[in-house]
Amino acid sequence: MKKTLSILFISFIAFSCSVDPEIKPIITEDEIKEVVPEGWPTPIYNFSSNPLTADGFTLGRFLFYDPILSSDNTISCGSCHQQFAAFANVGHDISHGVNGLLGTRNTPAIQNVNWLPAFMHDGGINHIEVMPLGPITNPVEMNETMTNVVAKLSASGKYKQLFTKAYGDDMVNTQRIFKAIAQFMGTMYSYNSKYDKVKSGDESFTAQEQSGYTLFVQRCSSCHKEPLFSDYDYRNNGLVAYADSGRAHITGNPSDRYKFKTPSLRNIEKTAPYMHDGRFYTLDQCLNHYVSGIVSSSTLDPLLVGGISLSAQDKSDLIAFLKTLTDTKFLTDPRYSEIH
Amino acid sequence: MKKIFLLLVISVSIISCKKDEVIPPKELPMPDVIDTTGFLEIHIENVVNGAPLSLHTSTYVSSANDTFSVDILKYYISNVQLVTASGYTYTEVESYYLVDHSQPNSLHLMIKKVPSNHFSSINFTIGVDSTRNVSGSQTGALDPLNDMFWTWNSGYIMAKMEGHSPQSPEPTKKIVYHIGGFSGKFSGIRNVSLVFPNTADVTKNHIPILNLKADLYQWFVQPNFSNFSTSYFITSIVQESKDMADNYANMFSVVSVVN
Repeated sequence: MKKTLSILFISFIAFSCSVDPEIKPIITEDEIKEVVPEGWPTPIYNFSSNPLTADGFTLGRFLFYDPILSSDNTISCGSCHQQFAAFANVGHDISHGVNGLLGTRNTPAIQNVNWLPAFMHDGGINHIEVMPLGPITNPVEMNETMTNVVAKLSASGKYKQLFTKAYGDDMVNTQRIFKAIAQFMGTMYSYNSKYDKVKSGDESFTAQEQSGYTLFVQRCSSCHKEPLFSDYDYRNNGLVAYADSGRAHITGNPSDRYKFKTPSLRNIEKTAPYMHDGRFYTLDQCLNHYVSGIVSSSTLDPLLVGGISLSAQDKSDLIAFLKTLTDTKFLTDPRYSEIH
Repeated sequence: MKKIFLLLVISVSIISCKKDEVIPPKELPMPDVIDTTGFLEIHIENVVNGAPLSLHTSTYVSSANDTFSVDILKYYISNVQLVTASGYTYTEVESYYLVDHSQPNSLHLMIKKVPSNHFSSINFTIGVDSTRNVSGSQTGALDPLNDMFWTWNSGYIMAKMEGHSPQSPEPTKKIVYHIGGFSGKFSGIRNVSLVFPNTADVTKNHIPILNLKADLYQWFVQPNFSNFSTSYFITSIVQESKDMADNYANMFSVVSVVN
């Protein structure tokens, strides 16, 4: 009996040394739900063919923050998409990839992406589930092949556990990887800003915010449409950007030259620097561009011909309003925070 | 002896189908779940102007008299339909095949769940239908691991050829054709219809073989294609890629149907 016990004990020790520590459930099913805030349009992506679960979300969260997805295991999605910046990249005009390589465009925020008809500044990627392929395989971003990603994850004890929890067995394939990341990114909802609370009647704007909002509705909202604060169309907003043809790179259509997707303004206070090439570091610079910096060209958006007229007071009112789009709950939500 | 045994088995199975058998009927297979469908096998031979395709080492001559060799030949065949003389059409579901010349197994397509019938023609698509180009992450033949999916401009590469030609102005003498586009005027999707010389007779127990020839020579014929010194690199959705798709639409021919 004693012998059996000690053998059991020894084998238990041997066993516990050979496997990764069990990953405890981090969130409950109740904490992960599809959300369509009151008054918002129907999302383009829903989870009907990718059933949302706490384990699927958690796998996506681990993958999002794991540099294993890059060729030299140094860069994760989260390296450039930082939660406190609404998953944009603070202080970086353009993205930094493996081996110190520079990208050509500014890291976009990730929020309310289920409403996006297309991804990337040029809209080249047409579905949330194939979106990660872009940065993972781009030589100046994560520079990795999906074949290697699948091999590295298959060899990992941690991911064997995480895939088994999410999918019932530990098989790793691209579809499982992408659907899990889609569960994590697709549930990054930002809809608890002061603006939202004013809309729901729970709070009210200050006088300055209100006058900024009035100006916003008059001068900005035809492109930055409420409640998502974007029309997700492609427009040339008068930046001199001849090195990057933008939307035309995808469509091949000369009339799309220098057009980029209208970004959402939610959490804009936190997503500096701004524009597709990250050229502006402050909201003041952005507004000054629209007032006096518009460069004319054949594809310039007709709404921006001649610029937008704003007084100094208008600008500070507008910025006061734009800051009401900051959603602190989203920026600090522990469900989205870095995990390893 | 064997014959008698077989007879016995058959008669037992006939008997066991009778209603007055002792075995409760619920344990018998229901007639509507008995699978009476079969298969049709497609063998594809990739050739260049009639000569068997062999990667890397062999050289071929294009219709413009350019010499070239082939390193990669891959293309999608999807949405296979088999049609009888009377017009009955069987459409295979989840019908996506990636033909990759470097993978001999991929030259054999097994069309599944084909109802017993005498089929006289086939329809299929070269490429991947637009729906699957916009439906997110896919597996199997459509897995992006197969290196047939554009990452920066979502969509499948319908057909891909890479090789070398001394006529290419590239320093490495490479010629590269990645033909994609699932919508619009430059789409790379092409529908193919081929008539059989004799019917393919599919039964549950018999798999007919359809021998097809795919001639790469057709990709590079005039007037849609000029020569390797002017068109040596097509990797986006443009007039040139559309022209090449118009050419590869003609690459298939039926060699034989063997029952």
